Amino acid sequence: MKRYSFLELAKNAFSAHHNWGRQWRAPEPKAEYDVIIVGAGGHGLGTAYYLAKEHGIRNIAVIEKGWLGGGNTGRNTTIIRSNYLWEESAALYNHAVKLWDGLSQDLNYNVMYSARGVMMLAHTVHDIQVFKRHVHANRLAGVQNEWLTPEEAKEYCPPLNISKNIRYPVVGAALQRVGGTARHDAVAWGYARAADELGVDIIQNCAVTGIRRAADGSVEGVDTAKGFIKAKKVGVVAAGHTSVLMDMAGIRVPLESNPLQALVSEPVKPAFPCVVMSNTIHAYISQSDKGELVIGAGTDQFVSYSQTGGIQIPIHTIDAICELFPMFRRMRMLRNWGGTVDVTPDRSPIIAKTPVPGLFVNCGWGTGGFKATPGSANVFAHTIAKDEPHPIAAPFSLERFRTGRLIDEAAAAAVAH
Amino acid sequence: MLLIYCPYCEVERSELEFACRGEAHIARPADPSTQSDEEWAEYLYLRTNPKGVHAERWRHIHGCGRFFNAVRDTVSDKFLKVYKTGEPKPGLEAIAKEANQ
Repeated sequence: MKRYSFLELAKNAFSAHHNWGRQWRAPEPKAEYDVIIVGAGGHGLGTAYYLAKEHGIRNIAVIEKGWLGGGNTGRNTTIIRSNYLWEESAALYNHAVKLWDGLSQDLNYNVMYSARGVMMLAHTVHDIQVFKRHVHANRLAGVQNEWLTPEEAKEYCPPLNISKNIRYPVVGAALQRVGGTARHDAVAWGYARAADELGVDIIQNCAVTGIRRAADGSVEGVDTAKGFIKAKKVGVVAAGHTSVLMDMAGIRVPLESNPLQALVSEPVKPAFPCVVMSNTIHAYISQSDKGELVIGAGTDQFVSYSQTGGIQIPIHTIDAICELFPMFRRMRMLRNWGGTVDVTPDRSPIIAKTPVPGLFVNCGWGTGGFKATPGSANVFAHTIAKDEPHPIAAPFSLERFRTGRLIDEAAAAAVAH
Repeated sequence: MLLIYCPYCEVERSELEFACRGEAHIARPADPSTQSDEEWAEYLYLRTNPKGVHAERWRHIHGCGRFFNAVRDTVSDKFLKVYKTGEPKPGLEAIAKEANQ
């Protein structure tokens, strides 16, 4: 692999950047692998990367129905934060935030991680109580999060309208300064390139059509569009399509798939310094390095795999943004799209072994999986390699729905669902 | 935006008047105290989540306020059948077959 550096950049400038070469191979699948990961999004590619890098397993395939990073990895609003309520979640998301810091160097790929701060607005007494509870819980768990008055919030984010004459005035905010954004495509590409370098086969445009089980019940391999591929271990990291894949192995998972939408505006000069979100009136906005305002809308409240949603959902979000940031009222929107997110009953993910020996699942990230990409991939790789859950992943088991030990993060998940 | 037919009001109205209330035909256990943890988990949390034809409960919240059931394709979001609460669950495979013709 060509190592990216300033020298390399200067050298390639002489050939008008025509000779960079491919970032990863396009191999045909082998007959057998030690581990197969189904789904080449950020979490899946990251899992393959950490399996190869930290656990010495090199005979790995990542199988993807479409193109890599084309699902929710390429469709989200790229927000990174770790201000969740419970200790289990704080450990998981903080693990991710620690890995984000330094990920570009680790992968030799600029993922454009920018810790510009994530501010969550409070509009009601209930919001104040919930957010202050979060701030205190986070402080005890060692997660950075602080409470701001409306004036302090405006100082941090000058476009914010804190006047009292709007429908839902801003009455305070919780700010996580280490939160921010990263370039979502670069995360998928960076993991893909680094994993490929370690010998991982990334097989795109190859749908998995079945999961085969041996006579003893354990996993034998997967049927794909390119034939049967044998594997001792299979990890399913397929977001909205997890239920469909787990059905193939005869396992029911507590998930429902909903459409989640996002939109971007025309690109403008830097105008918006941080990430602002409001759960109550559902505004969710930041500005990308390209200059577009990136806006997250809500979910449609029914099961759908359509990767589109109702127009009333983004309109609702735009209404809130126009009131909170009057300077964006005449901004034109460029594109609107949808993804399919897998939502669990307690809004926390599932990173677990399944009742089928050799079959593992990483799913249920719902509306907020991007922020956890490195952490999720890292602990899932450990879970697959050691055949037992990583200590951070252990609480996020499938069994919790039977034992009742749920990790309820409905208030911390930004999108109402 | 979806157009939904309410079988009680007997009119087609926009999705804004309705709320989806999850999978249909999930009955609360008749004798809760005899249920095992697995059965409770199944009743509370496990849903079908199919990619294809799905039977679900809808409520005409800004109309008559009543619950009814609908069969919908979760890929196209198209409503294939609407029926009143209490009517038996229709054969989903037959409806799917008919819709694909």
